[in-house]
Amino acid sequence: MGSRSSLLICVLVFGVVSALFTGHPESAWPLAQIDDYLLNILIMAGINVILAVSLNIVSGHTGQFSLGHAGFMAVGAYGSAAVTQIGGKAILNALSFLGGAAPTCVFVLSLFVGGSLAAVAGLAVGLPSLRLKGDYLAIVTLGFGEIIRVVIQNTEAVGGARGLTGIPSFTTLGWTWGLAAFCIYCVSALVRSTYGRGFLAVRDDEIAAEAMGVNTTKYKVTAFVVGSFFAGLAGALYAHLIGYITPEGFSFLKSVDVVVMVILGGMGSTLGVTVAACLLTFLNELLRQAEQYRMVAFALLLIVLMILRPQGLLGGIDRWIQARRNRS
Amino acid sequence: MKPILELEKVLVRFGGLVAVSAVDFHVGEGELVGLIGPNGAGKTTLFNVITGVYTPTEGAIRFDGQAVDGLPASEITSKGIARTFQNIRLFSSLSVLDNVVAAFNLHLKSGFLGALWRGRQFREQEREVRDEALQLLDVFGLKSAAHQPCRSLAYGDQRRLEIVRALATKPRLLLLDEPAAGMNPTEKVELMRLIRFTQERFGPAVLLVEHDMKVVMGICQRIAVLEYGRKIAEGTPSEIQQDRRVIAAYLGEEVVDA
Repeated sequence: MGSRSSLLICVLVFGVVSALFTGHPESAWPLAQIDDYLLNILIMAGINVILAVSLNIVSGHTGQFSLGHAGFMAVGAYGSAAVTQIGGKAILNALSFLGGAAPTCVFVLSLFVGGSLAAVAGLAVGLPSLRLKGDYLAIVTLGFGEIIRVVIQNTEAVGGARGLTGIPSFTTLGWTWGLAAFCIYCVSALVRSTYGRGFLAVRDDEIAAEAMGVNTTKYKVTAFVVGSFFAGLAGALYAHLIGYITPEGFSFLKSVDVVVMVILGGMGSTLGVTVAACLLTFLNELLRQAEQYRMVAFALLLIVLMILRPQGLLGGIDRWIQARRNRS
Repeated sequence: MKPILELEKVLVRFGGLVAVSAVDFHVGEGELVGLIGPNGAGKTTLFNVITGVYTPTEGAIRFDGQAVDGLPASEITSKGIARTFQNIRLFSSLSVLDNVVAAFNLHLKSGFLGALWRGRQFREQEREVRDEALQLLDVFGLKSAAHQPCRSLAYGDQRRLEIVRALATKPRLLLLDEPAAGMNPTEKVELMRLIRFTQERFGPAVLLVEHDMKVVMGICQRIAVLEYGRKIAEGTPSEIQQDRRVIAAYLGEEVVDA
């Protein structure tokens, strides 16, 4: 079975399972009646999976350490909220000929706008800053994330520091995990190809990659744009889940959260990063009683991991699977 | 013989230091040329200028009649110049096979969208690339190690893999940067055989930078000698062996009796 068909099956399974759990109050499915708290956690897990897997193509596969992922998420969240909340009524009226499907169409449009705006932001940051390497790139991306946050904070049109309220809650479990599956598919499909070996070559040795005809700048910018597009989608889903976004929600600490997921799961392992994103979402909820010790717990977890398994929880598992496949 | 690579009055300056000074030099199609010189003579700098790591301060570099100086390294490779590295630079986390596959990047017909859609053209290309890479590995006796991580190869095999990887870009000029560094005499003999074999089988011109006289004298048709960034001699191995300036550069001047 080719990787394409196996991944499509994954997407289908995700789609069906998610449809069962739409969480819509009017839903006819009995399984839809799970409690709201659990439902929210499951959706948050999906959003975190998108964030972590999309950062993984930048940091894990292409080796460009980025600390600005929350910035791209913010662009997506505000961009999509602009469509549904600010332009909502007008767009809804324009689409009224679609009848009952109109709200869904508006949501799809807003997701697309959020993702695309974030991708453009990724391109704008990527082109000038990807001449930098390692720590320097981390600092520039960190700076970029903060710039976005401060700009939003000072833009009255999107609520400034008060944030943006009244965003319709369109996000469902189905949408979230459907898009998460799409994100996982895209990243794995890209990396698992002759074309995608270029990303890994850039990570392993930039000079050698360039000498072997790999256009390293193009690959780095591509990784950045793909990564930010999905970060933007995650932001859009988040905005339409919570219904209320503030600039503080997309601070540097949010970026660090995502970086922790990637490191915990294993740089470059899509499976590992997915597992880690789910794990950390649930851990986050378990530690809600001890909110102020949360970061301490995460730090300890990372220290222990670095000592016992520096490659991450499931780092190297993709290679192991590949090796097994080759042997058979 | 038609020259494939021509250097005209190439000069490279790093601040106050002139690393390569007014070097004229050429490599003919299918030729095997050696570039030697004492430590710090500017051999590697010249190498890096040709492959686009540095831009020459003055002068011109032409490949197949086209100016290539100042182009980014990946574009120079796409014109048909491939290289190996003095200190081995394999893609360390990839398997032996994937190292070669990555070097097929230039010749891909199906890129970003193809990888996402995974249509028929993409699948055919993946199969072709894989078969071609395995074939290359087979020719160089590395096929049995194809799925091993490249780090697990022996030193000599890693050098060999670097050559295979460079050949995967389908070069017309292959630049080897000190391929004999750190090899024992047996491995050196094997390396000479390997370079000759590569030329016979794949036909690229080869420019060899090397310290080891035995290797250079043993296989090169023509040798150029650099000292302090200048070309001090050029000729066949036997001519170079007799050249007074070359002997002086390597062994020092004879003391004239008073």
